[in-house]
Amino acid sequence: MISYFSDYIDSHKQKGELVVQPRMGFSRYKLMKQGLRATQRANAVTVGTLTLDSYTRVGDYEAATLALQNNQDINGYPIVSYGAEKTQRLLHGLQSASFPVQVRHGTALPLRVFQEMVDSNIDATEGGPVSYCLPYSQLPLKDAMQGWEAAVSHLASSQNILAHIESFAGCMLGQLCPPSLLIALNILECLFFKELGIQSVSLSYAQGTNLIQDYSALRVLRHLADKYLSDMRWHVVVYSYMGVFPNTFDGANKLIQNSASLASMTGCERLIVKTKVESQRIPLISENVEALALAYAASKQRLDLSFDNDEYLVILKEAENLIQAVLSENVDLSEAMLEAFKKGILDVPYCLHKDNKGLAKTIIDKKGYLKWANVGEMPLSLERNQKQAVTANAFLEMLSYVKQHYDEGV
Amino acid sequence: MKVVVSSISSDSHTWNLIYMQLLMEEFGFDVVNLGSCVSYDELIKQCHHVKPDLLLVSTVNGHGFIEGENIAEKLKNYPMLRRMKSVIGGKLSTKGAADNEAIDKLYAAGFDGVFMGEQSIPLFKAFLIKHQLIMKETA
Repeated sequence: MISYFSDYIDSHKQKGELVVQPRMGFSRYKLMKQGLRATQRANAVTVGTLTLDSYTRVGDYEAATLALQNNQDINGYPIVSYGAEKTQRLLHGLQSASFPVQVRHGTALPLRVFQEMVDSNIDATEGGPVSYCLPYSQLPLKDAMQGWEAAVSHLASSQNILAHIESFAGCMLGQLCPPSLLIALNILECLFFKELGIQSVSLSYAQGTNLIQDYSALRVLRHLADKYLSDMRWHVVVYSYMGVFPNTFDGANKLIQNSASLASMTGCERLIVKTKVESQRIPLISENVEALALAYAASKQRLDLSFDNDEYLVILKEAENLIQAVLSENVDLSEAMLEAFKKGILDVPYCLHKDNKGLAKTIIDKKGYLKWANVGEMPLSLERNQKQAVTANAFLEMLSYVKQHYDEGV
Repeated sequence: MKVVVSSISSDSHTWNLIYMQLLMEEFGFDVVNLGSCVSYDELIKQCHHVKPDLLLVSTVNGHGFIEGENIAEKLKNYPMLRRMKSVIGGKLSTKGAADNEAIDKLYAAGFDGVFMGEQSIPLFKAFLIKHQLIMKETA
Protein backbone atom coordinates (compact mmCIF):
# COMPACT_ATOMS: atom_id res chain seq x y z
CA MET A 1 0.00 0.00 0.00
CA ILE A 2 1.47 3.31 -1.10
CA SER A 3 1.93 5.74 1.78
CA TYR A 4 4.77 7.80 0.36
CA PHE A 5 3.42 11.13 1.57
CA SER A 6 2.78 10.20 5.20
CA ASP A 7 6.04 8.26 5.54
CA TYR A 8 8.13 11.02 3.98
CA ILE A 9 6.75 13.63 6.38
CA ASP A 10 7.44 11.33 9.36
CA SER A 11 10.99 10.61 8.29
CA HIS A 12 11.95 14.27 7.76
CA LYS A 13 10.27 15.26 10.98
CA GLN A 14 12.58 12.84 12.76
CA LYS A 15 15.54 14.63 11.18
CA GLY A 16 14.13 18.05 12.10
CA GLU A 17 13.82 19.03 8.46
CA LEU A 18 10.96 21.20 7.18
CA VAL A 19 9.36 19.85 4.01
CA VAL A 20 8.69 22.65 1.53
CA GLN A 21 6.20 22.47 -1.33
CA PRO A 22 5.11 24.65 -4.24
CA ARG A 23 1.75 25.27 -5.86
CA MET A 24 2.22 24.11 -9.44
CA GLY A 25 -0.07 23.02 -12.24
CA PHE A 26 0.34 22.95 -16.01
CA SER A 27 -1.92 21.46 -18.64
CA ARG A 28 1.00 20.78 -20.94
CA TYR A 29 2.28 17.30 -20.10
CA LYS A 30 5.97 18.03 -20.76
CA LEU A 31 5.87 21.20 -18.71
CA MET A 32 4.18 19.47 -15.78
CA LYS A 33 6.85 16.78 -15.88
CA GLN A 34 9.54 19.45 -16.03
CA GLY A 35 8.01 21.23 -13.05
CA LEU A 36 7.89 18.07 -10.97
CA ARG A 37 11.49 17.24 -11.84
CA ALA A 38 12.67 20.76 -10.97
CA THR A 39 10.86 20.53 -7.62
CA GLN A 40 12.48 17.19 -6.89
CA ARG A 41 15.93 18.56 -7.69
CA ALA A 42 15.52 21.84 -5.80
CA ASN A 43 18.06 22.73 -3.12
CA ALA A 44 15.58 21.83 -0.38
CA VAL A 45 13.57 18.96 1.09
CA THR A 46 10.49 18.97 -1.15
CA VAL A 47 7.33 17.19 -2.19
CA GLY A 48 5.75 17.62 -5.59
CA THR A 49 2.40 19.15 -6.47
CA LEU A 50 -0.18 18.59 -9.18
CA THR A 51 -2.46 21.64 -9.03
CA LEU A 52 -5.61 21.05 -11.04
CA ASP A 53 -7.17 23.52 -13.49
CA SER A 54 -10.33 25.47 -12.68
CA TYR A 55 -12.52 23.68 -15.27
CA THR A 56 -11.80 20.37 -13.53
CA ARG A 57 -12.41 22.03 -10.18
CA VAL A 58 -15.95 23.03 -11.13
CA GLY A 59 -16.65 19.64 -12.72
CA ASP A 60 -16.55 20.87 -16.31
CA TYR A 61 -14.40 17.99 -17.56
CA GLU A 62 -15.60 18.49 -21.14
CA ALA A 63 -14.22 22.04 -21.23
CA ALA A 64 -10.86 20.85 -19.91
CA THR A 65 -10.74 18.03 -22.45
CA LEU A 66 -11.71 20.40 -25.27
CA ALA A 67 -8.91 22.77 -24.27
CA LEU A 68 -6.41 19.89 -24.43
CA GLN A 69 -7.70 18.86 -27.85
CA ASN A 70 -7.40 22.45 -29.10
CA ASN A 71 -3.89 22.78 -27.69
CA GLN A 72 -4.96 25.59 -25.39
CA ASP A 73 -3.11 26.17 -22.13
CA ILE A 74 -5.35 26.11 -19.07
CA ASN A 75 -4.44 27.01 -15.51
CA GLY A 76 -3.69 23.58 -14.10
CA TYR A 77 -3.28 19.85 -14.68
CA PRO A 78 -6.57 18.32 -15.94
CA ILE A 79 -6.28 15.00 -14.15
CA VAL A 80 -9.72 13.71 -15.21
CA SER A 81 -9.19 14.61 -18.87
CA TYR A 82 -5.76 12.98 -19.00
CA GLY A 83 -6.81 9.77 -17.29
CA ALA A 84 -4.91 7.45 -14.97
CA GLU A 85 -2.65 5.85 -17.58
CA LYS A 86 -1.29 9.20 -18.76
CA THR A 87 -0.89 10.47 -15.18
CA GLN A 88 0.98 7.32 -14.19
CA ARG A 89 3.34 7.89 -17.10
CA LEU A 90 3.78 11.49 -15.98
CA LEU A 91 4.78 10.37 -12.51
CA HIS A 92 6.93 7.46 -13.64
CA GLY A 93 10.50 7.94 -12.49
CA LEU A 94 9.48 10.89 -10.34
CA GLN A 95 6.93 9.93 -7.72
CA SER A 96 8.49 7.62 -5.14
CA ALA A 97 9.08 7.16 -1.44
CA SER A 98 11.72 9.88 -1.69
CA PHE A 99 9.55 12.26 -3.72
CA PRO A 100 5.85 12.05 -2.89
CA VAL A 101 3.30 13.99 -4.91
CA GLN A 102 0.09 15.65 -3.73
CA VAL A 103 -2.97 16.62 -5.78
CA ARG A 104 -4.04 20.18 -4.93
CA HIS A 105 -7.35 21.54 -6.17
CA GLY A 106 -10.40 23.46 -4.95
CA THR A 107 -13.14 21.05 -5.85
CA ALA A 108 -16.42 21.19 -3.97
CA LEU A 109 -17.53 17.82 -5.42
CA PRO A 110 -14.29 15.81 -5.66
CA LEU A 111 -15.37 12.20 -6.30
CA ARG A 112 -14.21 12.06 -9.92
CA VAL A 113 -10.90 13.70 -9.03
CA PHE A 114 -10.35 11.28 -6.16
CA GLN A 115 -11.17 8.32 -8.41
CA GLU A 116 -8.45 9.43 -10.84
CA MET A 117 -6.08 10.00 -7.96
CA VAL A 118 -6.54 6.45 -6.64
CA ASP A 119 -6.24 4.94 -10.12
CA SER A 120 -3.01 6.91 -10.62
CA ASN A 121 -1.56 5.65 -7.33
CA ILE A 122 -1.35 9.12 -5.78
CA ASP A 123 -1.79 8.97 -2.01
CA ALA A 124 -2.23 12.61 -0.96
CA THR A 125 -4.73 15.40 -1.57
CA GLU A 126 -6.39 18.32 0.22
CA GLY A 127 -9.67 20.08 0.91
CA GLY A 128 -12.71 19.48 3.05
CA PRO A 129 -16.51 19.74 2.89
CA VAL A 130 -16.48 23.21 4.44
CA SER A 131 -13.13 24.60 3.34
CA TYR A 132 -13.68 23.80 -0.32
CA CYS A 133 -17.30 24.94 -0.37
CA LEU A 134 -17.73 28.20 1.50
CA PRO A 135 -14.84 30.20 0.01
CA TYR A 136 -15.25 29.66 -3.74
CA SER A 137 -18.34 27.66 -4.52
CA GLN A 138 -22.02 28.51 -4.87
CA LEU A 139 -22.87 24.90 -4.05
CA PRO A 140 -25.10 24.48 -0.96
CA LEU A 141 -23.07 23.26 2.02
CA LYS A 142 -25.39 20.27 2.38
CA ASP A 143 -24.48 19.11 -1.13
CA ALA A 144 -20.77 19.59 -0.47
CA MET A 145 -21.05 17.58 2.74
CA GLN A 146 -22.69 14.67 0.91
CA GLY A 147 -20.23 14.92 -1.97
CA TRP A 148 -17.26 14.78 0.36
CA GLU A 149 -18.73 11.87 2.32
CA ALA A 150 -18.84 9.82 -0.87
CA ALA A 151 -15.46 10.98 -2.15
CA VAL A 152 -13.59 10.52 1.13
CA SER A 153 -15.13 7.05 1.59
CA HIS A 154 -13.79 6.14 -1.83
CA LEU A 155 -10.29 7.21 -0.79
CA ALA A 156 -10.47 5.41 2.53
CA SER A 157 -11.59 2.15 0.95
CA SER A 158 -8.90 2.05 -1.72
CA GLN A 159 -6.62 -0.96 -1.57
CA ASN A 160 -3.55 0.51 -3.26
CA ILE A 161 -3.03 3.72 -1.30
CA LEU A 162 -3.05 4.82 2.33
CA ALA A 163 -4.85 8.08 1.66
CA HIS A 164 -3.72 11.36 3.22
CA ILE A 165 -6.01 14.39 3.25
CA GLU A 166 -4.94 17.89 4.22
CA SER A 167 -7.72 20.09 5.59
CA PHE A 168 -7.81 23.48 3.88
CA ALA A 169 -9.56 24.98 6.92
CA GLY A 170 -6.46 26.85 8.04
CA CYS A 171 -6.93 29.03 4.99
CA MET A 172 -10.67 29.44 4.24
CA LEU A 173 -10.81 32.85 2.52
CA GLY A 174 -7.04 33.18 2.87
CA GLN A 175 -6.94 36.10 5.26
CA LEU A 176 -8.70 38.20 7.90
CA CYS A 177 -9.94 35.34 10.06
CA PRO A 178 -9.02 35.13 13.76
CA PRO A 179 -7.04 31.92 14.38
CA SER A 180 -9.47 30.26 16.79
CA LEU A 181 -12.06 29.69 14.06
CA LEU A 182 -9.47 28.34 11.61
CA ILE A 183 -8.26 25.95 14.30
CA ALA A 184 -11.78 24.76 15.15
CA LEU A 185 -12.64 24.17 11.48
CA ASN A 186 -9.40 22.19 11.02
CA ILE A 187 -10.21 19.87 13.91
CA LEU A 188 -13.79 19.39 12.73
CA GLU A 189 -12.78 18.59 9.14
CA CYS A 190 -10.12 16.13 10.32
CA LEU A 191 -12.69 14.44 12.59
CA PHE A 192 -14.92 14.22 9.51
CA PHE A 193 -12.10 12.51 7.58
CA LYS A 194 -11.41 10.20 10.52
CA GLU A 195 -15.04 9.12 10.74
CA LEU A 196 -14.96 8.09 7.10
CA GLY A 197 -11.91 5.89 7.61
CA ILE A 198 -8.98 8.15 6.77
CA GLN A 199 -5.92 7.41 8.93
CA SER A 200 -3.53 10.18 7.92
CA VAL A 201 -4.33 13.90 7.86
CA SER A 202 -2.72 17.30 8.00
CA LEU A 203 -4.05 20.51 9.52
CA SER A 204 -3.30 23.78 7.79
CA TYR A 205 -2.58 27.31 8.99
CA ALA A 206 -2.23 30.37 6.81
CA GLN A 207 0.29 32.90 8.11
CA GLY A 208 -1.56 35.88 9.59
CA THR A 209 -0.84 39.52 10.31
CA ASN A 210 1.47 39.05 13.30
CA LEU A 211 4.12 36.39 13.89
CA ILE A 212 3.69 36.40 17.67
CA GLN A 213 -0.03 35.69 17.31
CA ASP A 214 0.79 33.00 14.72
CA TYR A 215 3.23 31.43 17.20
CA SER A 216 0.50 31.14 19.85
CA ALA A 217 -2.05 29.93 17.30
CA LEU A 218 0.19 27.15 16.00
CA ARG A 219 0.83 25.96 19.54
CA VAL A 220 -2.94 25.78 20.11
CA LEU A 221 -3.47 23.96 16.81
CA ARG A 222 -0.89 21.30 17.68
CA HIS A 223 -2.21 20.94 21.23
CA LEU A 224 -5.79 20.36 20.03
CA ALA A 225 -4.67 18.03 17.22
CA ASP A 226 -2.97 15.96 19.87
CA LYS A 227 -6.14 15.99 21.97
CA TYR A 228 -8.70 15.20 19.26
CA LEU A 229 -6.68 13.24 16.72
CA SER A 230 -4.28 11.29 18.91
CA ASP A 231 -5.08 7.95 17.27
CA MET A 232 -4.33 9.23 13.76
CA ARG A 233 -1.19 10.18 11.91
CA TRP A 234 -1.29 13.97 11.66
CA HIS A 235 1.01 16.86 10.89
CA VAL A 236 0.71 20.61 10.38
CA VAL A 237 1.28 22.50 7.14
CA VAL A 238 1.82 26.26 7.21
CA TYR A 239 0.89 28.39 4.19
CA SER A 240 2.98 31.45 3.44
CA TYR A 241 0.75 34.54 3.60
CA MET A 242 -2.26 34.19 1.28
CA GLY A 243 -3.44 37.81 1.11
CA VAL A 244 -2.25 40.80 -0.92
CA PHE A 245 1.47 40.19 -1.37
CA PRO A 246 4.34 42.69 -1.10
CA ASN A 247 5.28 44.34 -4.40
CA THR A 248 8.99 44.51 -3.66
CA PHE A 249 11.16 41.42 -4.02
CA ASP A 250 12.83 42.17 -0.67
CA GLY A 251 9.48 42.43 1.07
CA ALA A 252 8.13 39.32 -0.61
CA ASN A 253 11.20 37.23 0.19
CA LYS A 254 11.22 38.38 3.83
CA LEU A 255 7.57 37.36 4.19
CA ILE A 256 8.32 33.93 2.71
CA GLN A 257 11.38 33.48 4.93
CA ASN A 258 9.42 34.43 8.04
CA SER A 259 6.75 31.86 7.23
CA ALA A 260 9.42 29.17 6.97
CA SER A 261 11.11 30.11 10.24
CA LEU A 262 7.70 30.26 11.92
CA ALA A 263 6.89 26.77 10.69
CA SER A 264 10.13 25.19 11.82
CA MET A 265 10.32 26.86 15.22
CA THR A 266 6.79 25.70 16.08
CA GLY A 267 7.59 22.12 15.12
CA CYS A 268 5.42 22.17 12.01
CA GLU A 269 6.32 19.64 9.39
CA ARG A 270 5.50 21.24 6.02
CA LEU A 271 5.25 24.62 4.30
CA ILE A 272 3.45 25.66 1.10
CA VAL A 273 5.47 28.55 -0.28
CA LYS A 274 4.57 31.64 -2.21
CA THR A 275 7.02 33.20 -4.67
CA LYS A 276 8.42 36.72 -4.95
CA VAL A 277 6.25 37.34 -8.07
CA GLU A 278 3.00 36.53 -6.27
CA SER A 279 1.74 40.12 -6.54
CA GLN A 280 2.16 40.09 -10.33
CA ARG A 281 1.53 36.72 -11.90
CA ILE A 282 1.69 32.94 -11.80
CA PRO A 283 5.32 31.94 -11.18
CA LEU A 284 7.69 30.29 -13.62
CA ILE A 285 9.09 26.94 -12.56
CA SER A 286 12.43 28.63 -11.84
CA GLU A 287 10.77 31.19 -9.57
CA ASN A 288 9.06 28.42 -7.63
CA VAL A 289 12.36 26.56 -7.25
CA GLU A 290 14.01 29.76 -6.00
CA ALA A 291 11.28 30.20 -3.38
CA LEU A 292 11.64 26.60 -2.23
CA ALA A 293 15.38 27.01 -1.68
CA LEU A 294 14.91 30.36 0.05
CA ALA A 295 12.27 28.97 2.38
CA TYR A 296 14.21 25.84 3.20
CA ALA A 297 17.33 27.82 4.10
CA ALA A 298 15.25 30.16 6.26
CA SER A 299 13.74 27.18 8.09
CA LYS A 300 17.16 26.62 9.65
CA GLN A 301 16.96 30.08 11.27
CA ARG A 302 14.98 30.75 14.41
CA LEU A 303 12.96 33.95 14.70
CA ASP A 304 13.42 36.12 17.75
CA LEU A 305 9.81 35.83 18.88
CA SER A 306 8.43 36.16 22.36
CA PHE A 307 5.69 33.73 23.33
CA ASP A 308 2.39 35.42 24.22
CA ASN A 309 0.88 33.02 26.74
CA ASP A 310 -2.20 35.21 27.30
CA GLU A 311 -2.99 35.08 23.59
CA TYR A 312 -2.38 31.31 23.61
CA LEU A 313 -5.01 30.91 26.33
CA VAL A 314 -7.51 33.17 24.56
CA ILE A 315 -7.19 31.28 21.28
CA LEU A 316 -7.32 27.92 23.06
CA LYS A 317 -10.52 28.78 24.93
CA GLU A 318 -12.23 30.19 21.83
CA ALA A 319 -11.30 27.18 19.68
CA GLU A 320 -12.48 24.71 22.34
CA ASN A 321 -15.76 26.61 22.78
CA LEU A 322 -16.41 26.43 19.04
CA ILE A 323 -15.48 22.75 18.71
CA GLN A 324 -17.57 21.69 21.68
CA ALA A 325 -20.55 23.80 20.62
CA VAL A 326 -20.55 22.11 17.21
CA LEU A 327 -20.06 18.59 18.54
CA SER A 328 -22.97 19.02 20.93
CA GLU A 329 -25.35 19.98 18.07
CA ASN A 330 -25.73 16.40 16.81
CA VAL A 331 -24.08 12.99 17.17
CA ASP A 332 -23.71 12.93 13.40
CA LEU A 333 -20.78 15.23 12.60
CA SER A 334 -22.06 16.26 9.15
CA GLU A 335 -25.43 17.23 10.61
CA ALA A 336 -23.69 18.99 13.47
CA MET A 337 -21.63 21.15 11.12
CA LEU A 338 -24.63 21.97 8.91
CA GLU A 339 -26.69 22.93 11.93
CA ALA A 340 -23.83 25.01 13.34
CA PHE A 341 -23.48 27.07 10.17
CA LYS A 342 -27.24 27.48 9.91
CA LYS A 343 -27.42 28.91 13.42
CA GLY A 344 -24.25 30.96 13.05
CA ILE A 345 -22.38 29.01 15.72
CA LEU A 346 -19.71 28.88 13.05
CA ASP A 347 -19.49 32.08 10.98
CA VAL A 348 -16.60 32.83 8.64
CA PRO A 349 -15.88 36.58 8.53
CA TYR A 350 -16.35 38.20 5.10
CA CYS A 351 -17.56 34.96 3.52
CA LEU A 352 -20.44 35.65 1.14
CA HIS A 353 -21.67 32.07 0.74
CA LYS A 354 -25.44 31.73 1.27
CA ASP A 355 -24.94 29.11 3.99
CA ASN A 356 -22.60 31.33 6.00
CA LYS A 357 -24.39 33.56 8.52
CA GLY A 358 -22.26 36.58 7.68
CA LEU A 359 -22.42 38.47 10.99
CA ALA A 360 -18.84 37.82 12.07
CA LYS A 361 -16.30 40.57 11.43
CA THR A 362 -12.54 40.84 12.00
CA ILE A 363 -10.28 43.76 12.74
CA ILE A 364 -6.53 44.10 13.16
CA ASP A 365 -5.86 45.48 16.65
CA LYS A 366 -3.09 47.79 17.88
CA LYS A 367 -0.68 44.86 18.29
CA GLY A 368 -1.37 43.72 14.74
CA TYR A 369 -3.38 40.71 15.95
CA LEU A 370 -6.47 39.48 14.10
CA LYS A 371 -9.35 39.99 16.52
CA TRP A 372 -13.13 39.71 16.46
CA ALA A 373 -14.97 42.98 15.84
CA ASN A 374 -18.26 41.07 15.91
CA VAL A 375 -18.87 37.44 16.86
CA GLY A 376 -22.44 37.21 15.60
CA GLU A 377 -24.04 34.08 17.07
CA MET A 378 -20.77 32.30 17.84
CA PRO A 379 -20.28 31.15 21.47
CA LEU A 380 -17.43 33.58 22.03
CA SER A 381 -17.16 36.56 24.33
CA LEU A 382 -15.86 39.96 23.39
CA GLU A 383 -14.01 42.21 25.77
CA ARG A 384 -15.53 45.55 26.65
CA ASN A 385 -15.20 47.96 23.69
CA GLN A 386 -14.05 45.16 21.42
CA LYS A 387 -17.27 45.11 19.37
CA GLN A 388 -17.10 47.66 16.59
CA ALA A 389 -18.30 48.38 13.09
CA VAL A 390 -15.80 47.85 10.31
CA THR A 391 -15.74 50.75 7.87
CA ALA A 392 -15.05 50.29 4.18
CA ASN A 393 -11.77 52.22 4.51
CA ALA A 394 -10.63 50.20 7.52
CA PHE A 395 -11.37 47.07 5.53
CA LEU A 396 -9.22 48.25 2.61
CA GLU A 397 -6.38 49.03 4.99
CA MET A 398 -6.59 45.57 6.53
CA LEU A 399 -6.28 43.95 3.13
CA SER A 400 -2.97 45.78 2.55
CA TYR A 401 -1.67 45.64 6.13
CA VAL A 402 0.90 42.90 5.62
CA LYS A 403 2.00 44.12 2.18
CA GLN A 404 2.61 47.61 3.52
CA HIS A 405 4.49 46.31 6.54
CA TYR A 406 6.88 44.27 4.40
CA ASP A 407 7.25 46.68 1.48
CA GLU A 408 8.08 49.59 3.75
CA GLY A 409 10.20 47.51 6.10
CA VAL A 410 8.21 48.99 8.96
CA MET B 1 -32.84 52.47 -0.01
CA LYS B 2 -32.05 48.96 -1.23
CA VAL B 3 -29.09 47.86 -3.31
CA VAL B 4 -28.23 44.53 -4.86
CA VAL B 5 -24.44 44.08 -5.02
CA SER B 6 -23.24 41.46 -7.47
CA SER B 7 -20.29 40.20 -9.42
CA ILE B 8 -20.39 38.76 -12.96
CA SER B 9 -20.69 35.10 -13.86
CA SER B 10 -17.00 34.43 -14.50
CA ASP B 11 -15.55 36.39 -11.56
CA SER B 12 -14.78 34.52 -8.31
CA HIS B 13 -13.21 37.47 -6.45
CA THR B 14 -15.10 38.58 -3.34
CA TRP B 15 -12.99 41.23 -1.58
CA ASN B 16 -14.27 43.97 -3.89
CA LEU B 17 -17.85 42.89 -3.16
CA ILE B 18 -17.31 43.07 0.58
CA TYR B 19 -15.73 46.54 0.26
CA MET B 20 -18.72 47.74 -1.79
CA GLN B 21 -21.17 46.26 0.73
CA LEU B 22 -19.45 48.05 3.63
CA LEU B 23 -19.42 51.29 1.66
CA MET B 24 -23.11 51.06 0.73
CA GLU B 25 -24.01 50.24 4.35
CA GLU B 26 -22.14 53.38 5.40
CA PHE B 27 -24.27 55.30 2.89
CA GLY B 28 -27.34 53.94 4.65
CA PHE B 29 -28.41 51.29 2.15
CA ASP B 30 -29.88 47.87 2.91
CA VAL B 31 -27.57 45.56 1.01
CA VAL B 32 -28.29 42.20 -0.59
CA ASN B 33 -24.95 40.77 -1.67
CA LEU B 34 -25.18 38.04 -4.31
CA GLY B 35 -21.50 37.21 -4.09
CA SER B 36 -19.25 35.93 -6.84
CA CYS B 37 -19.89 33.94 -10.02
CA VAL B 38 -23.50 35.06 -10.35
CA SER B 39 -25.29 33.69 -13.41
CA TYR B 40 -27.39 36.03 -15.54
CA ASP B 41 -30.53 34.11 -14.55
CA GLU B 42 -29.76 34.39 -10.85
CA LEU B 43 -29.06 38.12 -11.17
CA ILE B 44 -32.38 38.79 -12.92
CA LYS B 45 -34.25 36.58 -10.45
CA GLN B 46 -32.79 38.37 -7.42
CA CYS B 47 -33.49 41.83 -8.88
CA HIS B 48 -37.15 40.85 -9.24
CA HIS B 49 -37.22 39.36 -5.74
CA VAL B 50 -35.47 42.21 -3.90
CA LYS B 51 -36.78 45.11 -6.07
CA PRO B 52 -33.76 47.31 -5.25
CA ASP B 53 -33.41 50.99 -6.01
CA LEU B 54 -29.94 50.27 -7.36
CA LEU B 55 -28.09 47.36 -8.95
CA LEU B 56 -24.36 47.61 -8.31
CA VAL B 57 -22.14 45.32 -10.38
CA SER B 58 -18.56 45.14 -9.10
CA THR B 59 -16.00 43.05 -10.94
CA VAL B 60 -12.19 42.88 -11.08
CA ASN B 61 -11.27 39.97 -13.35
CA GLY B 62 -11.13 41.94 -16.58
CA HIS B 63 -14.34 40.56 -18.10
CA GLY B 64 -16.56 43.44 -16.96
CA PHE B 65 -16.84 45.16 -20.35
CA ILE B 66 -17.95 41.94 -22.03
CA GLU B 67 -20.29 40.59 -19.38
CA GLY B 68 -21.53 44.03 -18.33
CA GLU B 69 -22.90 44.64 -21.79
CA ASN B 70 -24.71 41.29 -21.66
CA ILE B 71 -26.23 42.15 -18.29
CA ALA B 72 -27.50 45.55 -19.44
CA GLU B 73 -29.01 44.09 -22.62
CA LYS B 74 -30.82 41.39 -20.65
CA LEU B 75 -32.16 43.86 -18.08
CA LYS B 76 -33.87 45.77 -20.91
CA ASN B 77 -36.25 42.83 -21.35
CA TYR B 78 -37.86 43.33 -17.96
CA PRO B 79 -40.31 46.22 -17.56
CA MET B 80 -40.52 45.54 -13.81
CA LEU B 81 -36.85 46.54 -13.50
CA ARG B 82 -37.07 49.78 -15.41
CA ARG B 83 -37.22 51.93 -12.25
CA MET B 84 -34.04 50.33 -10.91
CA LYS B 85 -30.82 52.26 -11.56
CA SER B 86 -27.76 50.23 -12.49
CA VAL B 87 -24.04 50.89 -12.18
CA ILE B 88 -20.92 48.89 -12.89
CA GLY B 89 -17.36 49.40 -11.68
CA GLY B 90 -14.00 47.85 -10.94
CA LYS B 91 -11.34 46.47 -13.24
CA LEU B 92 -13.46 46.06 -16.33
CA SER B 93 -10.89 45.07 -18.92
CA THR B 94 -7.76 42.96 -19.06
CA LYS B 95 -5.81 45.99 -20.25
CA GLY B 96 -4.62 48.63 -17.78
CA ALA B 97 -6.02 51.86 -19.17
CA ALA B 98 -9.66 52.90 -19.53
CA ASP B 99 -11.21 52.16 -22.90
CA ASN B 100 -13.56 55.06 -23.72
CA GLU B 101 -15.28 53.22 -26.52
CA ALA B 102 -16.04 50.29 -24.22
CA ILE B 103 -17.33 52.64 -21.52
CA ASP B 104 -19.65 54.29 -24.04
CA LYS B 105 -20.93 50.87 -25.05
CA LEU B 106 -21.87 50.13 -21.44
CA TYR B 107 -23.81 53.40 -21.17
CA ALA B 108 -25.45 52.69 -24.51
CA ALA B 109 -26.42 49.21 -23.31
CA GLY B 110 -28.25 50.79 -20.39
CA PHE B 111 -25.98 51.32 -17.40
CA ASP B 112 -26.63 54.62 -15.60
CA GLY B 113 -23.07 54.80 -14.29
CA VAL B 114 -19.70 53.24 -15.18
CA PHE B 115 -16.84 53.68 -12.71
CA MET B 116 -13.22 52.64 -13.07
CA GLY B 117 -9.85 54.04 -12.17
CA GLU B 118 -8.58 55.91 -9.14
CA GLN B 119 -11.43 58.41 -8.86
CA SER B 120 -14.19 55.85 -9.13
CA ILE B 121 -15.37 56.03 -5.50
CA PRO B 122 -15.68 59.84 -5.25
CA LEU B 123 -17.33 59.88 -8.69
CA PHE B 124 -19.70 57.11 -7.63
CA LYS B 125 -20.60 59.07 -4.49
CA ALA B 126 -21.38 62.12 -6.63
CA PHE B 127 -23.57 59.91 -8.82
CA LEU B 128 -25.54 58.71 -5.77
CA ILE B 129 -26.11 62.29 -4.62
CA LYS B 130 -27.11 63.46 -8.11
CA HIS B 131 -29.68 60.66 -8.42
CA GLN B 132 -30.92 61.33 -4.89
CA LEU B 133 -29.99 57.85 -3.77
CA ILE B 134 -28.19 59.37 -0.79
CA MET B 135 -28.75 62.69 0.94
CA LYS B 136 -26.00 65.27 0.50
CA GLU B 137 -25.89 65.82 4.28
CA THR B 138 -25.09 62.23 5.17
CA ALA B 139 -22.40 61.80 2.53
